[in-house]
Amino acid sequence: MIAAAIPPFSPNLVQDLVEILSHDFMRNAFMAGGCIAVAAGLVGYFVVLRNQVFTSDALGHVAFTGGLGGLIIGLPLLPSVFGSTILSALAIGSLGGRERGRDVAIGTVFAWVLGLGVFFLSIYTTLRSGASGVVGVTVLFGSILTLTTSQAAVAAAAGLLTSLALLVICRPLLFAAIDPEVAVTRGVHVRFVTLAFLVLVGATVAEAVQAVGALLIFGLLVTPAAIAQNMTARPYVGLLLAAGLSITFVWFGLVLGFYISYPVSFFVVGLSFAAYVLSTLLTRRRPAAATAT
Amino acid sequence: MTPSTDIGPSWDLLADLQLLLQYHFMQNALIVGTIVAVLGGAIGYLIVLRGQSFAAHMLSQVGFPGAAGAVLVHVSPVLGLLVFCVGAALGISVFGTRLGGGGRRESAAVGSILAFSLGLGLLFFRLFSGSAQAIYAFLFGTILGIDDKDVLVALVTAAVCLAALAFMFRPMVFASIDPAVADAKGVPVRLLSVVFLLLVAVTVAETVQIVGTLLIFALMVAPGAAAQRMTSRPYRALGTSVLLAVVVTWAGLAVAYFTGYPVGFFITTFAFAIYLLTRAAPTLARIARPGLTPALGAAR
Repeated sequence: MIAAAIPPFSPNLVQDLVEILSHDFMRNAFMAGGCIAVAAGLVGYFVVLRNQVFTSDALGHVAFTGGLGGLIIGLPLLPSVFGSTILSALAIGSLGGRERGRDVAIGTVFAWVLGLGVFFLSIYTTLRSGASGVVGVTVLFGSILTLTTSQAAVAAAAGLLTSLALLVICRPLLFAAIDPEVAVTRGVHVRFVTLAFLVLVGATVAEAVQAVGALLIFGLLVTPAAIAQNMTARPYVGLLLAAGLSITFVWFGLVLGFYISYPVSFFVVGLSFAAYVLSTLLTRRRPAAATAT
Repeated sequence: MTPSTDIGPSWDLLADLQLLLQYHFMQNALIVGTIVAVLGGAIGYLIVLRGQSFAAHMLSQVGFPGAAGAVLVHVSPVLGLLVFCVGAALGISVFGTRLGGGGRRESAAVGSILAFSLGLGLLFFRLFSGSAQAIYAFLFGTILGIDDKDVLVALVTAAVCLAALAFMFRPMVFASIDPAVADAKGVPVRLLSVVFLLLVAVTVAETVQIVGTLLIFALMVAPGAAAQRMTSRPYRALGTSVLLAVVVTWAGLAVAYFTGYPVGFFITTFAFAIYLLTRAAPTLARIARPGLTPALGAAR
């Protein structure tokens, strides 16, 4: 994917960085990836805190189908991905319902949505004779290196906007996540906050589709947050940590992908998973000791 | 994708069936599809009963790098699937004892493992420079790639799994419905849950070939969930679940054959439709026979 003219990795890190940033596609990837990562880290922290991992997975499936469905009727990829994830987030949120039996319902619905995506993919590939199945793989596994400057700007703006919106509802959301009943009595609009949060999850998933793809969203959304919650119980420190870790993984993933021509999404996911395993191993002893005494 | 696009389906069902069965790959697909559906329907019922659908989902996605890795080192994908799925099942039962409960630490762990395993699968595919079509075959299933050896493997594994299931069905239902009492009565609850996850892993490894890594939910969980809504009696629900899975698979294979669209889509659609129907059935019955509603309302 990357031209052969790239000089190999050298011990002079500053020179390496200058080299990396001298390429347009790398600058775009760094800018878009960084902003998306911050949004994913912040939103992901609450996804893990509120135990909605399964929901975010489901939204990733929707992104795949929505994106391809949009392509078939001639819409550009990004707006259709955004539209479909945000609409489904609203649908999930307004469905509400009890916890029990819900994962079967969500799982069944979204297995079908993914099936629909496959259908769309096969229509799309037969419709446009020139189009190969690569679009589908792009949506599934991300394509951060192929962003144009304007696409990168849009992605960065969306990421920043999502992060800002999350910071605005951060306090009531935290309250609602930790103790919904008390939050209601204290005048927090739990239903509204929950719905707003789900919309933010939808937007983040749509952004993350560009960075790591619909299937690997967990690596950016859930893993940094899980690491942060392993490390600290303090919410604001945890939020910062999740965002910082997320951005670190994306940028290091980009650098690795620059020098080793394997998929960037793999490096991002691999780095975050390695950090997760490490943090779990490091913190495992502490809670065990605490419960023993 | 369809080899005979010029011959469409007709109202003569017997002729249709002959058309369907004229190719060897289609015979193989139907045989393996049936085997997989019977196994998936039976295991699926227990998955829903035990509330382990997320674990099943995870096992299926872990199979993806397994299959891709097996292709990379030139062994049968089924072997890779089996190894990875069984390994993951053992991993879940060793590390995530409270996985079924859906604690937030556990689901975060599952999510992280999922993302990593899919990323690994992507890497393996790039390593042997597989085409997009090859990735789709694993992610979404195919009816074209099943050879005679696969049929034999499916038959043997299904026979072993079903025998194991028949042997421990009663204690399993007991342990699923009330683990504490089952434990007190001397049922080996912990052992059962490990063995069950292993059975799920093997079933997933077989099912992936037809519906693919991402759509397995439809064939394993949807029939079980639908069956549970139709009856609460274990044996009857088990039978219903198996029947639904088989019907859905046959219909999906037939429609995919005649239209040339991916089989995974049709199987998921039919399974989803049946699930929706069972969910909507009480409401429909109330609309159809409004005389019943006051009594129901009074009872509540």
